[in-house]
Amino acid sequence: MLCQNCGRNEATTHIKRVINGATSENHLCAECAGSLGYGDMFSGLGFSFGELLGGFLGEAPALPSAAQQETRRCKICGNSWQDIVREGKLGCAECYSLFFEELQPSLQRIHGRIKHNGKISAGGGVEAQEQKSREKEKAQKLAALKSDMKKAIEEQDFERAATLRDEIKALDG
Amino acid sequence: MMNKWYIEKGAEGDVALSTRIRLARNIADFPFPSKLDIKGKNEICSLLRGVLAGEGADDFKYIDMNSLTPSQAVSLAERHLISPEFTTNRDGRGLLLTDDESVSIMICEEDHIRLQVMKAGLSLDEAFETADKIDNRLDAALDYAFDDRIGYLTQCPTNLGTAMRASVMLHLPALTATGKISSIASTVSKLGLTIRGAYGEGTSARGCIYQMSNRITLGITERAALDNLRAITLQIAAQERAAQEVVLKSPAEEDKVFRAMGILKNARILSGDEFMELISLVRMGTAKGLFGFSLEKINELIVNMQPATINAAHGKSLEPSERDAIRAKSIREALGDDC
Repeated sequence: MLCQNCGRNEATTHIKRVINGATSENHLCAECAGSLGYGDMFSGLGFSFGELLGGFLGEAPALPSAAQQETRRCKICGNSWQDIVREGKLGCAECYSLFFEELQPSLQRIHGRIKHNGKISAGGGVEAQEQKSREKEKAQKLAALKSDMKKAIEEQDFERAATLRDEIKALDG
Repeated sequence: MMNKWYIEKGAEGDVALSTRIRLARNIADFPFPSKLDIKGKNEICSLLRGVLAGEGADDFKYIDMNSLTPSQAVSLAERHLISPEFTTNRDGRGLLLTDDESVSIMICEEDHIRLQVMKAGLSLDEAFETADKIDNRLDAALDYAFDDRIGYLTQCPTNLGTAMRASVMLHLPALTATGKISSIASTVSKLGLTIRGAYGEGTSARGCIYQMSNRITLGITERAALDNLRAITLQIAAQERAAQEVVLKSPAEEDKVFRAMGILKNARILSGDEFMELISLVRMGTAKGLFGFSLEKINELIVNMQPATINAAHGKSLEPSERDAIRAKSIREALGDDC
């Protein structure tokens, strides 16, 4: 297909616009696309991916007041919540702690869920990871024993409840 | 020399060209790359270099991105070892690469660490295991930016959680020809996956080669994301094979495949676009056993005939006309000249 603008070169940039449900398509060669400002599709159309995502983040309900938020800046990278919304990205790991509340609604919209369920960082070593998983296992075991004990008491099986209590004591050390 | 991963043919290799696992990681106490000065970026490069670069069997070679010519850099992107963005501004950026080029680590791209493992064919578990092992090696030596609630912290909140992007590169000529690809694209998006052209930009995928990957990273385990992607890949592969049967029964379509082979074997000038269009048809014919070539050979041609890769092989930037002639000649040599 030839470029609709100059009619000479092969069209390599295809622009599809949907405005209020009406679709229009333009096919341009690289040269015309560049001169008409479509060189970089996203920036040419007036928004970058960052800005697009920023708009997404910006839909989060303004927490305290806008003035108060402007003064809250990350100590590591200097970002405010407004900077994050404008750029569509976070400046450093610390921003996630500082603006955790503000981020929640957008995380829900992006991922559908807001609780990590995958691999856990060892936080500086394999041993730490093993320790972490041991603790998790222990916590789960304790919870199960406690619920069993409660059940035993409800059923007035005090002998079993006493055994479970000792087990809990031993585990909880 | 060790065979490059992309020359091999793996499981489901007629449809699935390759599998890629990418993990994004950041180091605690350093701002993300967009907020980090060159000094900080260089520091991250040397940290990573210290952990992984070396001469051992499991070690990587380190490449300072600024030491490459533009062609060499773009060629790395054409081989999907780095992102196109990584070639634009190369200050403070480094690359760790294994000899067979199956593992590459971009340092200071969007995140401090972008670890990528490539395997031939559909090989999600194997690729993930390799990535996981290297990730553990890094985790033991570095302090990752990680939060119990939202997982690995990344510059872009769309990657939070596992920060894992798994993708398969699919050759879908028959589903493209029959127009089914657009309904597939909308279906997979409902299943938390996305599919897009793997080469070039725009509405159509060059060479009918697509990349399908998981979109959601938070709240899902790595294993579940991989299982989901694998199940849908297998379904699409089955649909593509069925569509190929139908397409190739049509004499006009079968004719197109043989004509494509005729042109590739005889052309004296081949542009990148024409080559991709023709090789796609020939690849479909090869997968169906119409030609006596191996798919590995076709896969190798697709990779080696990309523009910057030809430039890099010739050690200089060639004029497009020069390159198109070299491309045609190499293909004639690879497929066997008729004349």
